[in-house]
Amino acid sequence: MEKFTKHTGTGVPLRQSNVDTDQIIPAVYLKRITRTGFEDALFSAWRKDPAFILNQEPYNTGSVLVAGPDFGTGSSREHAVWALKDYGFKAVLSSRFADIFRGNSGKQGLLAAEVAQDDIELIWKELENAPGTQVTVDLESKTVVCGNIVAPFEIDDYTRWRLLEGLDDIGLTLQHEEDITAYEATRPVFKPKTLPARLSQ
Amino acid sequence: MAKTLAEKVWDAHVVRKGDGEGANAQPDLLFIDLHLVHEVTSPQAFEGLRLAGRPLRRPDLTIATEDHNTPTLDIDKPIADLTSRTQIQTLRNNCAEFGVRLHSLGDAEQGIVHVVGPQLGLTQPGMTVVCGDSHTSTHGAFGALAMGIGTSEVEHVMATQTLSLKPFKTMAINVEGTLRPGVTAKDIILAVIAKIGTGGGQGYVLEYRGSAIRALSMDARMTICNMSIEAGARAGMVAPDETTYAYMQGRPHAPEGADWDAAVEYWNTLRTDDDATFDVSVDLDADTLEPFVTWGTNPGQGVSLSQSVPRPEDFGDENAKAAAERALQYMGLTAGTPMKDIRVDTVFLGSCTNSRMEDLRAAADIVRGRVKDPNIRMLVVPGSARVRLEAEAEGLDKVFTDFGAEWRFAGCSMCLGMNPDQLEVGERCASTSNRNFEGRQGKGGRTHLVSPVVAAATAVRGTLSSPSDLEPAPESAAIQIDAA
Repeated sequence: MEKFTKHTGTGVPLRQSNVDTDQIIPAVYLKRITRTGFEDALFSAWRKDPAFILNQEPYNTGSVLVAGPDFGTGSSREHAVWALKDYGFKAVLSSRFADIFRGNSGKQGLLAAEVAQDDIELIWKELENAPGTQVTVDLESKTVVCGNIVAPFEIDDYTRWRLLEGLDDIGLTLQHEEDITAYEATRPVFKPKTLPARLSQ
Repeated sequence: MAKTLAEKVWDAHVVRKGDGEGANAQPDLLFIDLHLVHEVTSPQAFEGLRLAGRPLRRPDLTIATEDHNTPTLDIDKPIADLTSRTQIQTLRNNCAEFGVRLHSLGDAEQGIVHVVGPQLGLTQPGMTVVCGDSHTSTHGAFGALAMGIGTSEVEHVMATQTLSLKPFKTMAINVEGTLRPGVTAKDIILAVIAKIGTGGGQGYVLEYRGSAIRALSMDARMTICNMSIEAGARAGMVAPDETTYAYMQGRPHAPEGADWDAAVEYWNTLRTDDDATFDVSVDLDADTLEPFVTWGTNPGQGVSLSQSVPRPEDFGDENAKAAAERALQYMGLTAGTPMKDIRVDTVFLGSCTNSRMEDLRAAADIVRGRVKDPNIRMLVVPGSARVRLEAEAEGLDKVFTDFGAEWRFAGCSMCLGMNPDQLEVGERCASTSNRNFEGRQGKGGRTHLVSPVVAAATAVRGTLSSPSDLEPAPESAAIQIDAA
């Protein structure tokens, strides 16, 4: 994973709550077996509407998405994160993220920064009044800067550390393989195994 | 120290406590007892293993099936959509390469992953269960800690059989009383979500408690736990009891003999201690609950079926008001319209929420001897090939087809419209599934989430209806004809 320390890019105000992952990427795009190439799929239904924010200049070149509360609800599809990244987004700001979406973002180096809704409202106004305003997201200091607005954001310490260091989760866990093996030896025998397969009579 | 059910299951799976405090504090590393795999969220994970040269650590705790992207017609023919066919073939290749047990299309154990696990007896109390699917919360009905995960985490579990998990908060959902006839588990969970909102459960593991929950069958408890994710929860759970054990006993992978006794002894400890405390408690009165239905484009936008489409201005919160306005526009609804005046085009009975035997039986009991509204298309999609077989053994397929419904093969089908089972633009559907998001069941489609009995009654009347709205079925006439 690439390290994330600080990013500056055009902010995109998405004035909507409950942006579920079916909106971020509809199921029809989930038939692909690759991890990349989803830029066309991002918000594909909404992008058919010429008035949609990503169809407006200069927002279409944005890299910091500023959304309403409950972003990324619904399906666990990590494709939602891949699509945002493939389009060019580096960070999403929202006052509340769905757990699975936030977890997926952390694994993929997309920064999900939790910003108070009052600050989101201020940032929305700034981005709408002065389209193209640059937003800086600083993971070291956990702050967002947009014009004259300076707002703190929340992210859990572990995810922040992994993003700053660009660490691979699986590699980290496998450093503790002995602990896993030790735990496995203590599991009760009545716990089920899928193999050998037993079938209904 | 007194613990909740969720805390007990968590503590029993800690491989390694998270190190440190402050900036570098790590989450606990938890062992995963069962990993369920399907075709849509796994290909990139298998590919990740392959690229890193890592084996899949525990094939014996992993099981795969094909469900999201499979047809429900002509399953003996090659899948028409080439991209879908490739995805299915990729799962088959990956399972063969990594030694994972797979139940493919056409196999008697194939079906929706969350129907298959419990049915095989692989889902048991006190387990940790994960799957690259948000509705993994379903398995919490057995007192398991069950969570949906993304593809990176799927790969992590494949490689390590563990997950790093952040600590959770606990929420008790107390449902006391007795459900009235025609009111079901689906109505309980839709009412809970409407009450706490789509983000209300965020960061929490919900435990469903109370006399109304205790009275429910396992199929019904699965319906409730299934939609915990729709309230944003990490997981949903019900403490195991005699109902759970009765369901488990004799299932292919249930423990036997002395193992069964040892298991039950352990399972009996899996309840929240009397003096344990929850971070939050929410109460719901089962006695006064009515059939519930959604009017909007998220599962929290629901009302009792006897009510009307709400007015956006009635929502105090500006975001909720804007969301309601947008939802009404998308749904093509006018505020103030009685829900029961809403005419639908399609009825979908299926999905991991409501496609088990109890759901099919309840809907069949409504439509038996009645005539379908001629303008309604009704799809009945059993949750698994096994459910389909059982239903056919009871003659339910004939009840549905006599009524004029389509009897399909098992899969996720119209719940998410990945396969050809989709709504047309503007088409309105009464659906027993779990999500009414924009375009979820097909681009431009409009979804009202309902229980199986409301779905069935709606198919009779053509408008959103509860069973109590129906004229008595001409049952005696039907029997006479059969006898002749």
